Amino acid sequence: MSDSSFPRRHPLLAQTEHLRRRRFVNRVMELSAWTGAVIAVGVLAVVITSVATEGISSLSISFLTTPTNPFGQAGGISNAIVGTGILVALATLMAVPIGILVAIYSSEFAGPRSGFVISYVLDVLNGVPTIITGIFVFGLLVVGHQQSGWAGAVALAIVMVPLVSRSCHEVLTLVPDAVKEAGLALGASRWRTMLTVIIPTALGGLITSALLAVARAAGETAPLLFTSSIFPNLVQTDPSQVLPNIPVTIFQFSESPEPAKHAQAWAAALVLIVFVFVVNIVARLFSAQARRRIAAGRQ
Amino acid sequence: MNLDQGDLNVAHSGETTERRCPERMEPSRHVTIASGDAQPSDATDSTRRVRLEGLNAFYRNHHAVRDINLSFEPGRVMGIIGPSGCGKSTMVRCINRMHEEIPGARSEGRVLLDDIDLQSSEVDAVSVRRLVGMVFQKPNPFPTMSIFDNVAAGLRFTGTPRRERAERVERAFESAGLWEEVKERLTNPGVSLSGGQQQRLCIARALAVEPDVLLMDEPCSALDPVATLKIEELIGQLKKKVTIALVTHNMQQAARVADTTAFMLGGELIEVDSTEKMFTNPRDERTEQYVTGRYG
Repeated sequence: MSDSSFPRRHPLLAQTEHLRRRRFVNRVMELSAWTGAVIAVGVLAVVITSVATEGISSLSISFLTTPTNPFGQAGGISNAIVGTGILVALATLMAVPIGILVAIYSSEFAGPRSGFVISYVLDVLNGVPTIITGIFVFGLLVVGHQQSGWAGAVALAIVMVPLVSRSCHEVLTLVPDAVKEAGLALGASRWRTMLTVIIPTALGGLITSALLAVARAAGETAPLLFTSSIFPNLVQTDPSQVLPNIPVTIFQFSESPEPAKHAQAWAAALVLIVFVFVVNIVARLFSAQARRRIAAGRQ
Repeated sequence: MNLDQGDLNVAHSGETTERRCPERMEPSRHVTIASGDAQPSDATDSTRRVRLEGLNAFYRNHHAVRDINLSFEPGRVMGIIGPSGCGKSTMVRCINRMHEEIPGARSEGRVLLDDIDLQSSEVDAVSVRRLVGMVFQKPNPFPTMSIFDNVAAGLRFTGTPRRERAERVERAFESAGLWEEVKERLTNPGVSLSGGQQQRLCIARALAVEPDVLLMDEPCSALDPVATLKIEELIGQLKKKVTIALVTHNMQQAARVADTTAFMLGGELIEVDSTEKMFTNPRDERTEQYVTGRYG
């Protein structure tokens, strides 16, 4: 501070080199985080808009309500919609109870060691490529018999179980211990406390977990390739028969030499993505409700 | 511990509820309720003695409670004081076997109720907790249940017939001094009440199953002074019906409410005596240092 003709700057107002660098680094980091977020949102936006623009032209009520016609422009995907509905419903009925029971065991009854083993196994199961799940179920249920809706549903359920149980576990452990202790101290057994106190508190989150797994299963293709892919072009509701489904239909349409079928593949993709989107939104609503309840118990 | 009416009215305006009944807290009314003439005959004034004999408690390798011998007398409030981490909560959690719910926790020694060892393998923890109720540090109403259902929860667990529940819930609310405040909104969520009301809701919930012993683990530490005063007054009424163990880190509270006071330090019971003696003329130097605020 050799320049004494000016009053000394107050330390709060000093523009030091250090301050300028700090501000610069801060801006750079903020900007790169922002860019990352924009890219993520952008990818989703591009996927949805391209599917929508390609698919919207072939989408109509009759597309949704008529079964597949193997030739030309006519026909729709009603058989695939019905089949996917049945496959996912069966898979959900198998996977959600098992997944929730696993989560109850690992969050409430398992010791630290077995809890760790269970969560590790579930992570590995979650990481198994779904084509391998498909081959496994093919070897188990299809070889010697035939493809069937049951086999497809089992394959989808195997994909769903780790998703449901891991996220349900997280939700159940979010319920405050104070609430659990209140039930136990009142003379409820652990199981009763689970049923009457913990599960109701976490219910929204459990439903969210199940719905997100449903959304994932609805779009899974690989587990169905070996188990439920050679289907007739008609509405089929008997799960002991091969059930048509949207993901395999999209694949088959896109392999077709006819341009009309390509457009129908886009339209089917649009149907699938809208379904997933809607399920996700509903899931968020339930998770918001769960958060409120859990927060009410935590205060 | 009686408050005069003027104080109470001031006290009331401090809380958030609107529906108030000024004569609600009139002490004589509570005495009538607490004396238990509306109780089934076997519950009338049936308070029980709890004795700890050589109680030790551990969290894995941590020896939290060391060789405690202590008797909780019927009709008297036992205040348990001591600095944070001295094992007072752990000790009372051994009485209703909540201690064993913590992974890695175990205990040794005997906890006797009517000369039956509550820790023995023949006694089920659930049956223990139906006789020994507990109120926790923070109010913990069941977040998904209404005000009514919170208090009825214990009755559902014990399989009380539905037709008896309404009456017993009302009685529990009255014993907890909460009936006038909640009777118009029993279907509202339990968590919609103020903190002090929530804690009295938790007391009502514990009382509804008519326990013989009530453990209160720092029940006022999350509450404002007005709500604290109400609960302290309530304890004075309840002791006629249930044997009460009151853990507190607030020495004034022990001085106001407890008939007998026990001082714990480092997991050990240093001294137990009548509250008056403990606060005026304790035998142990450490007790004196603690109650005079020079320690812990």
